Amino acid sequence: MAFLRPMMRGLAALLRRGVTERDERDEVRHYLEEAARVYEGRGLSREDAHAAAVRDAGNVTVVHEQVRTAGWEHGMETLMGDVHYAMRRLRHSPGFTLTSVITIALGIGASTAVFSAIKPVLLEPLPFPHASRLVTVSDVNAADAPLPVTLGGYTELRARSHSFEASAVGDAWQPSVTGNGDPERLIGQRITTDYFQVFGVAPTVGRGFTPGDDQPDAPRVVILSDRLARRRFGDARSVLGRTIDLNGDPYTVVGVMPPSFVNVVAPAAEVWAPLRERATGDFATRMWGHHYQMIARLAATSTVASARRELLAIGHTPIPTFARPPWASMERGELVRSMQDDVTGPVRPSLYAIIGAVLLLLVIAAVNVTNLLIARGAQRRAEFAMRVALGAGRGRLVRQLLTESVVLAIIGGALGFGVAAFGVQGLLAISPPGLPRIEAVRIDARVFLFALALTTLVGLIVGLIPAISATRADSSAGLQQAARRHAPGRASSRSALVVAEVALAVVLLVSAGLLYRSVRRLIAVPPGFDPSHVVTMQVVAAGHAFSSDAVRLQFFNDALDAARHVPGVVSAAFTSQLPLSGDDDGYGYEVQSIPASANGAGGSAVRYAVTPDYFATMHIALRAGRLIDRSDRVGGTEAIVINESMAQRLFGNKDPIGQRMRFGPENGSQHAWDYIVGVVGDVKHSSLAEAAPDAFYVASGQWDWVDNVQTLVVRTTGDPAALVPALKRAIWSINANQPIERERTMASFVSASEGSRRFALIVIETFAIVAFVLAAVGLYGVVSGGVIERLREIGIRSALGASPAEIVRAVVRRSLLLSGGGSLIGIVAAIAATRLLDSMLFGISHTDLATYAGVAALLVAMAVIAAWAPARRAAGVDPTTALRAE
Amino acid sequence: MNEPNTDVIQGTLDLLILKTLSLEPLHGFGIARRIEEVSRGVFKVNAGSLLVALKRLERAGSLDAEWRESPNARRAKYYTLTRSGRRQLEAEAADWKRRSGAVGRLLSTEG
Repeated sequence: MAFLRPMMRGLAALLRRGVTERDERDEVRHYLEEAARVYEGRGLSREDAHAAAVRDAGNVTVVHEQVRTAGWEHGMETLMGDVHYAMRRLRHSPGFTLTSVITIALGIGASTAVFSAIKPVLLEPLPFPHASRLVTVSDVNAADAPLPVTLGGYTELRARSHSFEASAVGDAWQPSVTGNGDPERLIGQRITTDYFQVFGVAPTVGRGFTPGDDQPDAPRVVILSDRLARRRFGDARSVLGRTIDLNGDPYTVVGVMPPSFVNVVAPAAEVWAPLRERATGDFATRMWGHHYQMIARLAATSTVASARRELLAIGHTPIPTFARPPWASMERGELVRSMQDDVTGPVRPSLYAIIGAVLLLLVIAAVNVTNLLIARGAQRRAEFAMRVALGAGRGRLVRQLLTESVVLAIIGGALGFGVAAFGVQGLLAISPPGLPRIEAVRIDARVFLFALALTTLVGLIVGLIPAISATRADSSAGLQQAARRHAPGRASSRSALVVAEVALAVVLLVSAGLLYRSVRRLIAVPPGFDPSHVVTMQVVAAGHAFSSDAVRLQFFNDALDAARHVPGVVSAAFTSQLPLSGDDDGYGYEVQSIPASANGAGGSAVRYAVTPDYFATMHIALRAGRLIDRSDRVGGTEAIVINESMAQRLFGNKDPIGQRMRFGPENGSQHAWDYIVGVVGDVKHSSLAEAAPDAFYVASGQWDWVDNVQTLVVRTTGDPAALVPALKRAIWSINANQPIERERTMASFVSASEGSRRFALIVIETFAIVAFVLAAVGLYGVVSGGVIERLREIGIRSALGASPAEIVRAVVRRSLLLSGGGSLIGIVAAIAATRLLDSMLFGISHTDLATYAGVAALLVAMAVIAAWAPARRAAGVDPTTALRAE
Repeated sequence: MNEPNTDVIQGTLDLLILKTLSLEPLHGFGIARRIEEVSRGVFKVNAGSLLVALKRLERAGSLDAEWRESPNARRAKYYTLTRSGRRQLEAEAADWKRRSGAVGRLLSTEG
């Protein structure tokens, strides 16, 4: 603790500097007075005594200074002095200060906002204990794409594998809650009882599920998220033990999860109940469908790779205890992925692109400020030379200049932090719907430290080159040059910097251009239906009242009739799932005429269980045969409509009409074959950028069950969104207890389906525009600086007969040369750098000529605009004034 | 070298100050004068060095300081030895005796 006391006293002295200084002066004066008194005592006159005392003490000022500068706080005082001086200098040139501060604020603000958005995705582990050992496990389809597991498959994997310390599955569950407010459809999961143990998280209130909870006759229990408990039931404690009504059944709340818990693999889930079903040898059941999301915690001795090997081995060695249907054969092994990668994988490419863009922007901002500082240094050479002549060391000057640039950076950084706070809100507002870990995006202490470190770094970097170059030359040369304000070496380094700046801006502009053209092309891709004037909403028929297929079918038919009678409705239909909405419900199929082992057979297709007007409402084209119509009734021969590309692949030139197929639960059973009655055009299902998957359409009444959640699609005459309230009233007139959700226009689904590309586009576009403006400002600065430096030369040339047009051309030529050089370098760099964007581009390559040509044209325009005002000024130079000014 | 060297031996100023203050509290000039008197003029203390040393010792907690009226009715800063200053004095004095004893023995060795 030996350092503590000097430190505290130093601090006290700093805080009370006035008092400390007075005391020190008093002490010195008192010393001299006492010394003088001694001399007086020896008989000297008052004046002589004082003089003698002062002589003894040496230089009084030096004594003062010695006392004052003892103690560590003196270093701080020098720094404060420097800061004070820097502030004064900056106040004297508000134009320079404002430009620099805004530039730095933009660079630091953008970087900080991006940092806080990517931090949870790329830099932080998932918020669970030993999160690196959490994995997801999926089946693999014929196209090597991941597919949720089946409950049967999971049961076998769990029994036979040793790679996992714990494993569990969750199945999407969307119960309607009634009582206690409006009916609402909750998003939740049915889970195996040890699901939360895999995450290593337990409810904060109440208990987790226990093995007995999933028995068929056990009391019904649920666990709620903290958010749901607060939103609907007051708070976590008061809801514990209460009975709530889900789908018409009473459930007892036995636990509430911690407020911080988010199931990252199903982020919207807020209610959980035990999964009670068991897989049996009967393959025609839900339990053998691919809709169970498997999570696991690796055992201490396992890795992702070893788990993958083990599961592949299990897949290759079926045993009689665990029979498998063909669609869950597991012969291709299982896909084991770290949960972190699985959750964040899809957005990584766009995030990397955004990080790259923001780094470019930051460098451009720094280069711009460096350039401004160099120019300023050139103007201040006389000042520096004078200070050197008066005895200031070069180190002292560099320190002073660095203080100035750091002060600039800190002002800019503080402003930038504000920019970042807005920026994060902006990023969140435009973020794509699937952005993972969005709940963890916020400005926190680490973000603040990041901004602080970045600010200091920027301050030092932008200050270093100008400080060294400004203090480089010896003082006499500086004093002489001061009269001429001409420094060729410095001008060339400024030119080099502006070329670099233009080059970096070109990379950003090209990236933005490529993304822009990709998104334009994507939006132009026909989705296979006409989204304009179509509004959609999910209608739910849940609870005991709707436990039979017949009742559900009746309800949806009645609801459809009611909807049709709403004024402004052209046509209306129900479908079990909606394209481009994120719905994903696919089933394995078999074809009677093609053996299951043949190429192209044994795939899976997305299922649309629809009412007859679906095709007319969505404007889906009929290619062959007929559509589903009113003759396809419950109990009749099952009629199937398939899409074009599936028909082409399965049947080639043969007529698909009349071919027989079986789907999902019907596969391999004694179920009668379904007949193909028609072929329709392809519809994009998960993304405009991907080929349409195989799809089949069946009448809602003819499928194995009547879906209890269906989407109403309505084509309208006017603004589709305006019809939502009337449509809801119409449906509620049939049954007021049924939730209606996800009311959105079809067009909004289409544009949201390209959300992550749009997100990257908007962000990079914004950065590119800022970069363009910064580069233009930088170019303007250098060109106009060049004109001022050459006023004399220009004066001579115009005295020698150069016309104003010639002078304008010379200035513009210089601007074009700088921006042209930067563009060339930038284009080469862009060809290399935009390779990283490839996965986000659509329909064009990263060397798309039109984009590059467009950017080049933009830069020529920029060069001319940046040169305009300086050129006008140069042309207006009066030779006599220019010459006399020197 | 017609004038004798009156500089304080380097590194001993602290010791001299602490010793002087161990007898009674004094202000800056009082300390300088006392050192001069007791050393019979062998050491003359430089005002700057003394005041800096006092500031340092005060900061380190070896001395306490307070402003008092001096006998001739002036405001003066009086220094007092603290307990830790007394310990420091003992340690430095012992060290000095050990070292000066050694120097003395070396010088008294007949060549």
